[in-house]
Amino acid sequence: MEYANIFIKAVFIENMIFAYFLGMCSYLAISKSVTNAVGLGCAVIFVLGVSVPVCYLLENHVLKAGALTWLSADFANVDLSFLSFIMFIAVIAAIVQLVEMVIEKFAPALYGALGIFLPLIAVNCAILGGALFMQEREYSTLGQATVFGLGSGVGWFLAIIAIAAIREKIRYSNVPAPLRGLGITFIITGLMGIAFMSFMGIAL
Amino acid sequence: MSTEVVIQPAKKVKAPKEPLLSARNKKLLKDPINDGNPITVQVLGICSALAVTVQMKPSIVMALSVMAVCAFSNFTISLIRNAIPNRIRIIVQLVVVAALVILVDQVLKAFVYDVSKQLSVFVGLIITNCIIMGRLEAFAMGNKPAPALLDGIGNGVGYGLILVIVSAVRELFGSGKLMGFQVVPDAFYKMGYANNGLAILPPMALIVVGIIIWIQRSRNTKLIEPK
Repeated sequence: MEYANIFIKAVFIENMIFAYFLGMCSYLAISKSVTNAVGLGCAVIFVLGVSVPVCYLLENHVLKAGALTWLSADFANVDLSFLSFIMFIAVIAAIVQLVEMVIEKFAPALYGALGIFLPLIAVNCAILGGALFMQEREYSTLGQATVFGLGSGVGWFLAIIAIAAIREKIRYSNVPAPLRGLGITFIITGLMGIAFMSFMGIAL
Repeated sequence: MSTEVVIQPAKKVKAPKEPLLSARNKKLLKDPINDGNPITVQVLGICSALAVTVQMKPSIVMALSVMAVCAFSNFTISLIRNAIPNRIRIIVQLVVVAALVILVDQVLKAFVYDVSKQLSVFVGLIITNCIIMGRLEAFAMGNKPAPALLDGIGNGVGYGLILVIVSAVRELFGSGKLMGFQVVPDAFYKMGYANNGLAILPPMALIVVGIIIWIQRSRNTKLIEPK
């Protein structure tokens, strides 16, 4: 039950895009068509689902104050948490590289479909944001961290599909010229964010 | 006759400054403020811009941090650009940026601890701020250190400008204050004026940026997207 709560909370209440605006840049850039949005969304779910638990292990067994005691009792006072940014981003970049190689080897069709989006995920703030939120909220088990990562990914996926579908339709509408494209997308996202805020009252 | 005499010394004063503030370098500084603004035109670095703009103070701190990281990472990468193997350049760039962000984070924690708490994860997220990566890829990898430094400062200023405008609007309408000082007089509240609660909520930031884009593009028509 606890896992379901974390999942639903990550998807709806603390949605990466509508509540925290993470991963906004690729969200705005890639949301012109639904097909591309689906590809990027899937890749984000996968990378978040893998990198958050890896960062969790790193945080709890290497970086935290006193986390190195499994190596030797002498390290009880070592606190490496100031290194977390650099470690997390290195892990994420490495995982993205790994995912890219695995997909290229075993699913060339999917690799072709994702194209340039795959390497771009390394600098998607949603991924590093997921890892940093995991650190800040101090999840107690690996399972919780994994579910949180997957949930954030699914939330991001839903958001980008929704905006892509709206943008495909709005192409036929008569938007004022200076608002065309970027401007109207910002305003729509704002309105969608207000709609998503109705989930906030739900306590899980 | 007299005009020539006046002009000549003026030229002489300007001459030694020329290498740093030549027309091209000035353009590097000025362009990102309007025509090539990182947020409203290049669509870079939106994430952090929206999340920290509830009040002016954290957003000014954030703007200065991004400016510092952007300028120095541009400079550093530009210095070592010929030594970076092309295939692993993203990791090299990320490591340089991450090291600078750790420095900024430690400085903030030491001198403005309360603001640093307020910014929470967003200081760390400067690493993945697309402005920084975008400028490294687009400019620092192909230019000399001095112009790269200027380009970094220019983009930082352009980013900071939008941040300050958005946060000023949100703080003024959301809590009737600017920089933490009350500017809406008490008499207004007595007459029935109420703070707009929507302005404090995150979606308002998107709408304010949308409106800034609208105003900017209606004044600067060459930025309008083709249908």
